[in-house]
Amino acid sequence: MSDKEPLFSKKNLQLLSDPLNSSNPITVQVLGICSALAVTAQLKPSVVMSLSVVAVLAFANVIISLLRNTIPNRIRIIVQLVVIAALVILVDQVLKAFVYDVSKQLSVFVGLIITNCIIMGRLEAFALGNKPWPSFLDGIGNAAGYGAILIIVGFVRELFGSGSIWGYKVIPASWYIENGGFYANNGMMILPPMALITVGIIIWVQRSRNRKLIED
Amino acid sequence: MENLINLFIKSIFIENMVFAYFLGMCSYLAVSKSVKTATGLGLAVIFVLGITVPVDYLLENYVLKEGALTWLSPTFAAVDLSFLSFIMFIAVIASMVQLVEMVVEKFAPVLYTQLGIFLPLIAVNCAILGGSLFMQQKAFLNIGEASVYGLGSGVGWFLAIVGIAAIREKIEYSHVPAPLKGLGITFIVTGLMGLAFMGFMGIKL
Repeated sequence: MSDKEPLFSKKNLQLLSDPLNSSNPITVQVLGICSALAVTAQLKPSVVMSLSVVAVLAFANVIISLLRNTIPNRIRIIVQLVVIAALVILVDQVLKAFVYDVSKQLSVFVGLIITNCIIMGRLEAFALGNKPWPSFLDGIGNAAGYGAILIIVGFVRELFGSGSIWGYKVIPASWYIENGGFYANNGMMILPPMALITVGIIIWVQRSRNRKLIED
Repeated sequence: MENLINLFIKSIFIENMVFAYFLGMCSYLAVSKSVKTATGLGLAVIFVLGITVPVDYLLENYVLKEGALTWLSPTFAAVDLSFLSFIMFIAVIASMVQLVEMVVEKFAPVLYTQLGIFLPLIAVNCAILGGSLFMQQKAFLNIGEASVYGLGSGVGWFLAIVGIAAIREKIEYSHVPAPLKGLGITFIVTGLMGLAFMGFMGIKL
């Protein structure tokens, strides 16, 4: 890569856009599943979680990329963990200070960003071998691909599970059975197993549209 | 004693790491292609969880919590280091995994070669850090409870991964729609297993 390359060259833009579809971290690379499923019962925690991961992944990628020539190979895992843990502590403190209720709702899952494999995975696979700027874009792209899935799942589960979006009721109250209507919330959608099934269906839809991704 | 048994059963079935909290999903999905490797990894996870949760419990209660340092000197009563807990826990886990790896290599070389790469990978298995973070949240009364909780969570994870590995071995012979093959069907099967495990939720212990 030459130094004269424009900041948003085609190659760099691809780093941003690929993870949104053909190399999505959740549905294709199978990274970072744990938190993706656990926090998505509602839209708001999903969005907060996605933003936290964007922040941690982008900066961890940049830091590791800056340090990549000085980290001894044998202890790189522990160095990466320390960088990630420090960033996660920052995010955790910020969340506690500004959105305390969401931070309570996310409970241990903010801490679990440390072991979110998406972060280790990108550090190992990309940041260790690339310059800071592409690493930054790669971090943003992958975290956005992760966030996209989180937000879709959170949207579907909140809409069908509690009839609301972002905490606001969208299903008219008169539709509900108790008010003489025909509609009832599907309580199963907010239970953990439905998150898995929703992601399974997203994978199904994505792979039937993009047949290159089908496993044999 | 009864209390400990209740806690053990609860952490295996009702609060199963995989089905109730989705922890350790990455290795759960990646290593569940055959029952044999799944069993090896499951045993290693039980072992590491059983060690790290009590160690982190001691760390939490004698170093990190507000006022935990009073055993050193009464002047430390106001010191609250709990914001450091993430970094301390992950350091304990990483070093424990390293230690376990060295011990296993020295005393059980056969097991060591069987586990291969999975042993070091346990350090980034979120079920392990999750176990410690839940321990912190639940504020157990003594180290016995913490150890039982660690072991129980490990056994729950073991059951889940061996179960899914067995199902995946059988599903090879079924006609799954092509786009759903592999990852997709594994997700849906896990969801169904989760629904089955929810049957345990009604049990009051």
